[in-house]
Amino acid sequence: MNAIIVSSLLGVIMMFCSWGIKSQQVQKNIALIGLFILIIANLAHMYGWYVVDYDTKGMLTYSFFGLYANTLLFALTFIYVWINGDEIAKIGNTSADFYSLFFFILCGISVLTSFDNLLMLFIGIEILSIPLYILTGADKKNMFSNEAALKYFLMGSFSTGILLLGITLIYGATGSFHLTAPVISISTGFAQEQILLSAGLILLFAAMNFKVSAAPFHFWTPDVYDGAPTVFTSFMATIAKAAGFIAFINVFNSQYKALGYSWTLLLTFVIIATLLVGNIIAVFQRSVKRMLAYSSIAQAGFMLFALYGKSEISNEAILLYAVVYSIATIGIFAVLVKMKENSFEAFHGLGKAQPLLAFATTVFLFSLAGIPLTGGFFAKYYMLSALLKAGAGLWLVLVAVVFAAISIYYYFKIIQAMYFTAGEPAINPLPNQYKYKLLTLAILLLILGVFPNLLLNYIYF
Amino acid sequence: MMLVSFLFLPVLAAVILLLIKNNKTAQWTAIIFSGLTLLVALQMLYTPMADFNIAWLPNLNTRFILHADGLSKILILLTAISFPAILWATANNEYKNRNVFLSLLLFTEAGLMGVFLAADGLLFYFFWELALIPIYFLCSIWGGEKRIAITFKFFIYTFLGSLFMLAGILFLNAHSSDHSFLINSFINANLTGGQQITAFALFFIAFAIKMPIFPLHTWQPDAYEQSPTAVTMVMSAVMVKMGLYGILRWLLPLFPVAFMAHTHVVVILSVIGILYASFIAIRQDDIKRLIAYSSIAHIGLMNAALFTHTQIATQGALIQLFSHGINVLGLWIVADIIEQQTGTRSMKEMGGLAKKQPTLAILLVGFALANIALPLTNSFVGEFLMFTGLFQFSPWMAAFAGVSVILAAIYTLNMVQKVAYGAISEKINTMQAPNKGAQAVLIILLIIVLATGVYPQPLFSLTADTLQQLFVK
Repeated sequence: MNAIIVSSLLGVIMMFCSWGIKSQQVQKNIALIGLFILIIANLAHMYGWYVVDYDTKGMLTYSFFGLYANTLLFALTFIYVWINGDEIAKIGNTSADFYSLFFFILCGISVLTSFDNLLMLFIGIEILSIPLYILTGADKKNMFSNEAALKYFLMGSFSTGILLLGITLIYGATGSFHLTAPVISISTGFAQEQILLSAGLILLFAAMNFKVSAAPFHFWTPDVYDGAPTVFTSFMATIAKAAGFIAFINVFNSQYKALGYSWTLLLTFVIIATLLVGNIIAVFQRSVKRMLAYSSIAQAGFMLFALYGKSEISNEAILLYAVVYSIATIGIFAVLVKMKENSFEAFHGLGKAQPLLAFATTVFLFSLAGIPLTGGFFAKYYMLSALLKAGAGLWLVLVAVVFAAISIYYYFKIIQAMYFTAGEPAINPLPNQYKYKLLTLAILLLILGVFPNLLLNYIYF
Repeated sequence: MMLVSFLFLPVLAAVILLLIKNNKTAQWTAIIFSGLTLLVALQMLYTPMADFNIAWLPNLNTRFILHADGLSKILILLTAISFPAILWATANNEYKNRNVFLSLLLFTEAGLMGVFLAADGLLFYFFWELALIPIYFLCSIWGGEKRIAITFKFFIYTFLGSLFMLAGILFLNAHSSDHSFLINSFINANLTGGQQITAFALFFIAFAIKMPIFPLHTWQPDAYEQSPTAVTMVMSAVMVKMGLYGILRWLLPLFPVAFMAHTHVVVILSVIGILYASFIAIRQDDIKRLIAYSSIAHIGLMNAALFTHTQIATQGALIQLFSHGINVLGLWIVADIIEQQTGTRSMKEMGGLAKKQPTLAILLVGFALANIALPLTNSFVGEFLMFTGLFQFSPWMAAFAGVSVILAAIYTLNMVQKVAYGAISEKINTMQAPNKGAQAVLIILLIIVLATGVYPQPLFSLTADTLQQLFVK
C-alpha cells in the first residue's frame, strides 16, 4: 500500500514542479529524491511499517516476492533516471511532466505486483499503459514519434478490450473476480462454464502476451520502439515490460490449471514463436534500434519460461532475468542515445575512440547474449533450470539454447563494428561522468555474473 | 591454496598488463608471470597440492572446487610450459597494443587452467567459456585478412557446442541425488541408459567441436590460418586438449554405458577424420594449413584411442596429450620465424633453409621427425601404445588409422624437403638468425621431445592415478 500511495502522491508533486521550478537539473534531482523516498517507503512496507493501511477486501494482497519486485523495479527506475536524466531534458519543454508520468507508471507497477483480483489487474495495466502512450509521443514535432504513439494507443486499447472481454467471461464462469476463486473442475462443473472459463483465460492470455510483446502479438513492438524517443524506448523495454511479466505470472500461476494440458501446449507455441520471430528477424536488421526491439521480443520469449510452473527457482529466475536484462538494456540504449544515427556503421571504431564506453557496451551485449561472467548468463541459467524443474522436456531447453546461440550473431555485430572495423564513430561528445555511470552499470552486471546471490537472497528475508 | 595460484597469477598479470604501455616491459611482465606459473606447476609435480574448496553459490548448490589428479597435472604442465615458451619465442613479433594482446593471452591461460582443474560442473562450464572469449578478441583484432568472418564462425560453432553442454549439465543437475554440480554426485547419479545417451550426446557435441572431430572440424584450418601465430599456438597446443580432457574427465566416468555404446561410431568417425585430414595435408602449400591439418589427424588418433576404451591406448593418449602439445608448438614456432622474416607461408617460395640457417633447419627436422613419431622421439611412445590399443579394439581400424603414419611421413617430410633443402630461394635468402629467445625455446622444447622419448617413465607415473581410476574398479 505504501508504494501505491507514495508513488501517486509523488506523481502529483512532480506535475506541479514544472510550474514553479524551471531548471531541468533541479527537476531531475527532485525526481531522484522522490524515487529514493519511494524505495524507502516500499522497504518500510516490506519490513512491517505502514504509512496507510486499510482493508482492500482481498483485492490486493502483498507477498514478500511482489514487494521485493517493487523494490527492484523502483531501483531500476532510479538508475534509469540517474543515467538518462539529461537526455530526458532534451525532449519537450520540461522534464518534470515525464517524471510525473514515470511515477504514475510506478504506481501501476505497484498494483500489478500485488493484485489478487482481475479488476485490479485491469486497473494496474491501464495505469501503466496510458502514461506509456504519452511517453511514446513525447517528441511532439517528430512524425515518427506521433505515428508510433497513435499505433501504440490504438493497438493497446484493442488489447485492453480483449483483456476486459476475457475478464468478463471468467467472471461469467466463476462468479468472482478473485484470482483464487475456485477453479471449476471437469468432474463437478458444468461443461458450459468450463468453456467460458477456458475462453476467458485464453483471451486474457492473448492480452497479456500483447503487453509483454510475445509473438504472435508482437507487431506493435518494433514500430513503437523505433518511433519513440530512444530514452523512453529504454524505459518501455525494461521496467514496464518486467512489470508486465510479473503480472502475467501472477495471473496464470493460479489459473492455468483450468486450461489443463492445452495450457502447456499454448504456452510452448507462444514461446517458440516468440523466440523464432525475435531472433530471426533481429538478424536481418540494419538499424541498431530496431535490432534491439526484436531482441527484446526474443528476450521476452526467454522470460516466458517462468510461466511453466511456479517454484522458488522460477521466482528467482524471473527477478534475476528482469533485473539483469533491464540493466543491460538501459545501458545499451544509453549508448545508442548518444549516437548520431542508429546504424551499425555508427559504431565503427568506437573501441579505439572511446575505450571505456566500448568496454561497457561489450559487457551489456555479453549480458544480453548470456555469456558467462556477466549477469545474463545466470539469468538464462536460472530460467532453463526452472524450466527443467517445472517438468518441461529437455528438448525445449535445447530449442532455447539454439536460439541463444543465434542471438550471439546480432549482438556481436555491434562488437565487431566497435573493435574490428576501423572508422570514425558517429557519436556526440560525451561527458566523462556519463561514461563512468555506464561503467558502473557494467561492473554491476559483472558482479551479478559471479554472485547472483547478492540479489536473490533477499527474496526470502 | 596453491592450486588457486594457477588462476590467480595469470589473472593478476593480465590486469597489470592493461596498465603497462611500454612494449618491452609488457612482454617481460607477461613472460615472468607465466614463468612463475610454470614454477608452481613444476613444484606441483613433487609436492601434492590440496584441493581448493569454498562455497560459491549456496542456493544453486555449486562450489568452487579445484582438484588436480594426474590428468589435470599433465595438462597443467603443458599449459604452463606453452605460455612462457610462446611469449618468449614471439617476443619480437609486432603487435599493435601489445599490452592488451598479452593481457588477453594470459586471461586465456587462466581459463585453460580453470578448465583442467574444475571439479564442479558449473565451474567447468564457466572456465570453458572464459578460455574462449579472449581468443575471440585476439583472433578478430590481430588476425589475418579474413579474420572477422572466420573467427565469428569459430566462435558461434564452439559457443553452440558449449551451450549444448550447459543443457547437459542442467540435465545432470536435475537428476543428481543432491542436486549439486560436483563431479562425484554427477558420477553417482543413477541415470537410465536412455538418459545417459541424451546427456552423453550433449556433452560430446561440445567436446567434438572443440577437438575437432570429423565432420565438425570445418572451423579449424581457417581459424588457425587467420589467427596471429601466438594464438594459433595456444589453440593447437593447448586448447584442443580441452576436448580430450573433457572426454577423460567427464564423458567416460559419467556415462559409462553410453560411452561403451558409441565406441564404434566415434572410432570410425575419428579414423575417417584422420585419413581425410592427412590426405588434405598432403595437398597443402601453406605451411600453417599443413600443420593445422596434421594436428586434426593427430587429435583424431588420440580421440580414437580414448574411445577404444582399452587401458593401453588410454595410457598412450594420456602421454600423447603432452607430447603432441610440445611437438606442435615447436613446429609452429619454426613456421612463425620463417613467416615473420620472409613474409610468406607458401612452401613453394621456400627452400634452402639448411644452407642459409642450419640451426633452424636442424630444429625443424627434429620437430618434423617427432611429428611422424620416429622412435626416440616422444610421440613414438604415445602412438605405439595407441596403435596397440586400437589393434586390440579392432585390427581393421588399426590398419586404416595406421595408414596415417605413412601419410604423416609423406606430408611432413615433403614439408621438410621443400623448406630446408633445394636451392636457396629468394625469400629464404633474406633470412637472418632467429632471435636468441626463440632459439632457446626451440632447443628446450627439442630436449623435452628427446628426453621424454627416451625415458617416458615420469609421464607414466604422473598419470598412473588417472588410469587406475578409469580402469581398475
